Amino acid sequence: MFGLDAKDTRFLLIVMFLTLATPVLLQPFPETSSLAQFNAGYPDLMQRFAIFGIFAIGFNILFGLTGYLSFGHAAFLGVGSYSVVWMYKLLDYNVLPGLILAVVVSGLFAVVIGFISLRRSGIYFSILTLAFAQMSYNLAYSVLTPITNGETGLQVYSNDPQVLLTEAGPHLPHLFGLVMSDATRVRLGDWVFTFNFGYYFTAIIAIIVFYISLRIFRSPFGMILRAIKSNRTRLDYAGINTKPYMLAAFVVSGMYAGLAGGLLAAMDPLAGAERMQWTASGEVVLMTILGGAGTLLGPVLGAAFIKYFENIFSKINEGVLHTWFGWLPDGLEDFIITIVHPFVGEGWHLTLGLLFVLVVVFLPGGMIEGLNRIAGLFNKKSEKSEEAQDSKSDARESQPAE
Amino acid sequence: MAIEDRNIVLHVNDVHKTFGGLHALADIDLAVEEGKTHAIIGPNGAGKSTLLNVIVGRLAPTKGAVVFDGDVLTGKKPYEINQMGVARVFQTPEIFPELSVLHNVMAPAFAKRDGAFKLNMWQLLRGEKDVQDEAEHILEDVGLIARRDDHAGSLSRGDKRRMELAMCLIQHPRLLLLDEPTAGMSRHDTNTTIELLQKIKQRGMTKVIIEHDMHVVFSLADKISVLAGGRIISEGAPDEVRNDPKVQVAYLGGAEE
Repeated sequence: MFGLDAKDTRFLLIVMFLTLATPVLLQPFPETSSLAQFNAGYPDLMQRFAIFGIFAIGFNILFGLTGYLSFGHAAFLGVGSYSVVWMYKLLDYNVLPGLILAVVVSGLFAVVIGFISLRRSGIYFSILTLAFAQMSYNLAYSVLTPITNGETGLQVYSNDPQVLLTEAGPHLPHLFGLVMSDATRVRLGDWVFTFNFGYYFTAIIAIIVFYISLRIFRSPFGMILRAIKSNRTRLDYAGINTKPYMLAAFVVSGMYAGLAGGLLAAMDPLAGAERMQWTASGEVVLMTILGGAGTLLGPVLGAAFIKYFENIFSKINEGVLHTWFGWLPDGLEDFIITIVHPFVGEGWHLTLGLLFVLVVVFLPGGMIEGLNRIAGLFNKKSEKSEEAQDSKSDARESQPAE
Repeated sequence: MAIEDRNIVLHVNDVHKTFGGLHALADIDLAVEEGKTHAIIGPNGAGKSTLLNVIVGRLAPTKGAVVFDGDVLTGKKPYEINQMGVARVFQTPEIFPELSVLHNVMAPAFAKRDGAFKLNMWQLLRGEKDVQDEAEHILEDVGLIARRDDHAGSLSRGDKRRMELAMCLIQHPRLLLLDEPTAGMSRHDTNTTIELLQKIKQRGMTKVIIEHDMHVVFSLADKISVLAGGRIISEGAPDEVRNDPKVQVAYLGGAEE
């Protein structure tokens, strides 16, 4: 299906199912349970999973395949957001023109930044991209205020032209009248599931761009990008001009970032310069490495994991801890809470940092490698019985696990 | 010589190369005939690798020029030189260790078919049956078909060399440059490599081979140029060179024996 082999088709179908079923899958605990705060199935967070998943998928095309580490991808995120808000201001709240503009403008930015930064490799490339992103960030705060509205951030005002806006048209981000924030709540016993149009909009875009990235991974172009990572000198002597290949990878990943930034503004009609800050660039690097650089699904897992931590783990405050450990004797309760407290709530960065260190040291292939190892443990047990059937079909299809 | 000129594929014209005050190469003139194997031999430090690097464009000569098939190679980028039909095997195998053996051989095939750059993101590798069949065919030739799905980095040194050779052969180069193709190999690997190179020779591919190992040189070369101290001190058929007293002093009968 879709030109893919059986294995990839199965993989894509699983990803599609997981993405579309997210509002149910991430809501495992009933409302009444004390664990309900670990539920992640609310629209705002799910949208972030999808959007930062897109950001990381695109980043991975550059970093995962070619090994070139960009520290400036947040610049494209910001450019995407500004593009969408500008289209709100000039036309109306339909997100489509803005998203198209976001992809085009971030692509143009990527051509310029990539062309210059790719004159160097390794750490110098990273520093050049970082310099460009910081430059964009500072310009957005200062001389570009007429475009970016500086510190206040770009938003829609009542005196904006909005030439296409009618009295009846939605005054919130929408797609041809379907409002992003529309949601249907379904109650099943003690469980409450929220199906939000905005999430499904981002999720379907995420599936499409995931499919595109799958195609890139499986194309001759993708193979040559991997070869660049493996041995660029050999490629030069094999007759490949590596520069345009690198630039193409850079621009594609910049467009993914622009799309992600645009979607952020499509969910919430604001754009601020802080989206371009280096911490945002660093975050996508963390997501990709944590999930597994160079794998298809890893960056998405990494993005979801970090966003989950940021939004859920950070909510565990001292009061919550008291309800958990209340059954312990007083002295012990206070002791345990004193120990646990720095790692949760506002201390979530500490836990994430430690996890990151553990993953990099023990699972250089990221969370995907961890999952593969677990799967490997199970396979070993059932291997003997399946060996006979599987060996024939797998021998020709075998590819590094993803 | 004038009569044979149209058969000359590679001309090295009066090439000089100095590094600071060191004359690495001086007065180098070489003419490589189409379909022949031309060996460049010489003791360590004679300038063999420098000469090869000048030919492939890695180093710019201080003076002189390298002409391939009527085009000046000097000043061209490595990928441009390859696109003109010159492939190279390195002294230490240069391969893609993280890629499968099959993909190692397919990558140069794409360079040959699609040119130095093609934005082929939407094609699928598995749809490239022609390239894959050819790569498999060549892997059979070099005896590596059984390892086609293994990571190239896991091959033995001899196998890496054979794979690198396959990476060059799939491009059907007009000129193949080999830099010490058997360096650091066991006797067994050396012999299988020689057999392989003899097999290629029958197909009429022009080769320039830089070699240290006399056994290899005399089993393959049609013509030998002896380099010593950055100059060509002798040139001719293997038997002439073997019996040249200058060569025996500089090399064969020198301190190395």
